[in-house]
Amino acid sequence: MLALLLFLIPLVTGCIAFLLKQGNAAKIWSLLSSLATLGVSVAAAMDKSATARSFHASWLQGLGASFTLSIDGMGAILVLLTGVSLVLVLVSTYRNTYKNPSVYYGLLLLSQAGLMGVFLAMDGLLFYFFWELALIPVYFLSSGWGGERRIQVTFKFFIYTFVGSLIMLVGLLYLYALNPQASFALESLYKVKLNADQQDILFWMFFVAFAIKMPIWPFHTWQPDTYEQSPTSVTMILSGVMVKMGLLGVIRWVVPIFPEAVHHFENVVIGLSVVGMVYASLVALRQDDLKRMVAYSSIAHIGLMCAAIFSVNQEGLQGVMVQLFNHGINIIGLWIVIDAIEQKLGTRKMSELGGMAANAPVLAILLVVMSLANVALPLTNAFIGEFLMFNGLYHFNVWYMAFAGLSIILGAVYTLRMVQKVIYGKENSLTAAMTDLTINQKLMLAGITILIIVFGVYPDPLFKMTQDTVHAIIAQHI
Amino acid sequence: MNVLILSTIWGIVMMFSGLVFKKGGYATYLAIAGALVLLLGSIGDVSNVVITHSTFGGMLSFDGFTELFLSVILVATLFYFLLSGREIEAVGNGGFDYYALIFFVITGITLSASYNNLLMLFLGIEILSIPLYILTGSDKKNLKSNEASLKYFLMGSFITGVMLLGITLIYGDTGSFNLGPAASPFGMMAASLPVLSKVGLLLLMFAMAFKVSAAPFHFWTPDVYDGAPTVFSSFMATIVKAGGFIAFLRLFGDGYANTQYSWGSAMLVLIVLTLLIGNLTAVFQQSAKRMMAYSSIAQAGFMLMAVYSHNTEATDGFLVYTASYCLATVGVFATLSKVKDHAYEGFNGLAKKEPLLALTTAICLLSLAGIPLTGGFLGKYYMLYALIKSGQGPYMLVFAVLCAAVSVYYYFRLIQAMYFKEGNPATAPVSTGLKVGMVGLTVLIILLGIMPYDLLINWKLFF
Repeated sequence: MLALLLFLIPLVTGCIAFLLKQGNAAKIWSLLSSLATLGVSVAAAMDKSATARSFHASWLQGLGASFTLSIDGMGAILVLLTGVSLVLVLVSTYRNTYKNPSVYYGLLLLSQAGLMGVFLAMDGLLFYFFWELALIPVYFLSSGWGGERRIQVTFKFFIYTFVGSLIMLVGLLYLYALNPQASFALESLYKVKLNADQQDILFWMFFVAFAIKMPIWPFHTWQPDTYEQSPTSVTMILSGVMVKMGLLGVIRWVVPIFPEAVHHFENVVIGLSVVGMVYASLVALRQDDLKRMVAYSSIAHIGLMCAAIFSVNQEGLQGVMVQLFNHGINIIGLWIVIDAIEQKLGTRKMSELGGMAANAPVLAILLVVMSLANVALPLTNAFIGEFLMFNGLYHFNVWYMAFAGLSIILGAVYTLRMVQKVIYGKENSLTAAMTDLTINQKLMLAGITILIIVFGVYPDPLFKMTQDTVHAIIAQHI
Repeated sequence: MNVLILSTIWGIVMMFSGLVFKKGGYATYLAIAGALVLLLGSIGDVSNVVITHSTFGGMLSFDGFTELFLSVILVATLFYFLLSGREIEAVGNGGFDYYALIFFVITGITLSASYNNLLMLFLGIEILSIPLYILTGSDKKNLKSNEASLKYFLMGSFITGVMLLGITLIYGDTGSFNLGPAASPFGMMAASLPVLSKVGLLLLMFAMAFKVSAAPFHFWTPDVYDGAPTVFSSFMATIVKAGGFIAFLRLFGDGYANTQYSWGSAMLVLIVLTLLIGNLTAVFQQSAKRMMAYSSIAQAGFMLMAVYSHNTEATDGFLVYTASYCLATVGVFATLSKVKDHAYEGFNGLAKKEPLLALTTAICLLSLAGIPLTGGFLGKYYMLYALIKSGQGPYMLVFAVLCAAVSVYYYFRLIQAMYFKEGNPATAPVSTGLKVGMVGLTVLIILLGIMPYDLLINWKLFF
């Protein structure tokens, strides 16, 4: 039942938000809704009983589909991330004002409902429905409230991901047609016997959709523009949570259903991911816009996660699982700082910033913390995940690991360069007027800092939550 | 059977009502009443309350699928009258005669949906077409409308000749006008179809492709839709097109299904061309009305898949596709008729000026684009699945979905104009009735996407 609530709360409150007219009503309403969802996410992660964690209702039976939601270890960690993220986003941007707030917040909640659905769906067709439900509100949010070039950029993003989704739909239909049980249920799809050719074709039909969503090189071209042009709260959701849809898709749908094809194409995918990591890191070095820099750094991080999944071993997958959560909150932390700078100074260009440490010491410290977490410094949460993923990659092929390792060095270079340019050096006429973070931003960043340090020192809870899923995937894959 | 009789009677009633009610204003009410009577007649068919059981010597057959299809058509017609009634009256002086023509078109559709004999098909298609030639030219003082009408009439007449030739060749070969393997010798000669019949079937296919504006026989469509008064373009692009398709479906998906080896490849070529040409040309249109004309060609590509596949999924899907397509297109055209400038820029800022109209239109467009949770998605889903079931490989399907992705481009251009661009579009006053109609229509589209079985497909069990 908790599984249903996780999807239902944002859906219903999102629909109601559209009807709220008064100034801050929609804002407060969506904050309350997100807190309720967070509460249920925590409860769902704690309560391991089957009744709490799964929900089944008959729906579109004639099509072989059903409304089945269930929370496994990976689902729990992603549900938590989604719950935490929206609270972080809403509180940290609480003072921002938007035109048509009721529509804005309504769409934000609907996208959360879609995301929850994607992470919980255990039925192919239902998964597809949620996949699109998460996308449509984001399209409207970015097109309506984004930067100057928002319309064409968001459109490119939409078409890109929609093409991927449609190809996945054909794949799903084939898989369904090949399933003697005539069902979209995940467990039934796991049992479908596919020959090598079928696996190879279906693998690409699914993988392209997920690769575009993550995105990995060379499917990434929509991403830097979209991150740059979207309103920051949408960028937070996109980069913190939505990219995880692609990773989850690969782990839950591709690896177990097409094991032979995964084995067949592992070198291609890992090769693409690793090349993408180095490429994105190099491009990040050249960026002047903070949002674009973080966008490229995200391509590098996600590339590592994708490569680790395809190494299909205990270390790699375990690393990905914890990183699903850690990457999400770290990148949202970075966005909060960037949003604070942009809201106050009206620019995100590193060349126009500098010397803010004196006027905004808290911002400076927290930016350093977020940056260090982003480069996976030991004792920060990202370290253990990256360590395990590199370890997994090492067991797969040492050369891949060595080449991918370049991105660590490059990551440190561009991140520290960013820190130096933004908060140190001489202040200019623009940054002299900088004031420190607002209380709500401080609160959220402090929360993230605690999570960074706690999971950096003691990542056990994240491991425990997900190790069953890791074992299950490896068992299924073998 | 009820629908056939009632639509003819109501057409005549409408025709003579023009003499009784000199002043306009009543025509729409009478037409809505007519649509309701026809719908009741259709429900009467379900409960076996029929005016007559005659099937004209087996030349017509009303099975569950046909009855259900006719009900769908009638619901769409009802919405069409509700949303566009005032425009129909505005085109004509009172509009009685135009409504009469529309009811005659429905008679033609009923025949096209129930024929069991090639002569009945011919009659049905002609009864459906001739009123359309007149409706296209109904804006008498508009040169574009006159030109479109003449163009449509000349080409339509030519294609009628092609159709007759096809029928003649088949008759010459088989000695029968009857359809289906049981009645025609086709059943026995399925393995080797004589050349005459093959050519006859191909000619019939071309004629039907013309009627449903499938490429490369689509060239009349944009000019005719653009020249005809918007309100009649809407009728042609939806209800009439569905009528053409049901005739197509009966002919190839039902009657000559067992000879697919001789026409299947030609049909696949039609599907590919229709999807490609319809979508690509729609992308380059600057007018939303012409875009809708080309997009209706593109949608025909998907509907042709049902004709090709002829399995349960195809017939179920055809119902869902027709229903959602007709409703969504009627909705978009209702908005088109309210906006004065049909260029995309003419819609800039509509969401601010008419939020409800923009929202409902956006949902219609989302359905046409095939976004999940709308009937349009399930329609496309069924068509693709039917094609897989018929043994088509993945390449054809990937091609089809890529075309569907292209369609997102032009449908979303309209959404972008309404929601994300600044402007103050010139619009005619939007009545509360229209708003209520649009809301009802979009609710149906969403319900079709969420519960197609309860709303539509399961009804087949009752027939």
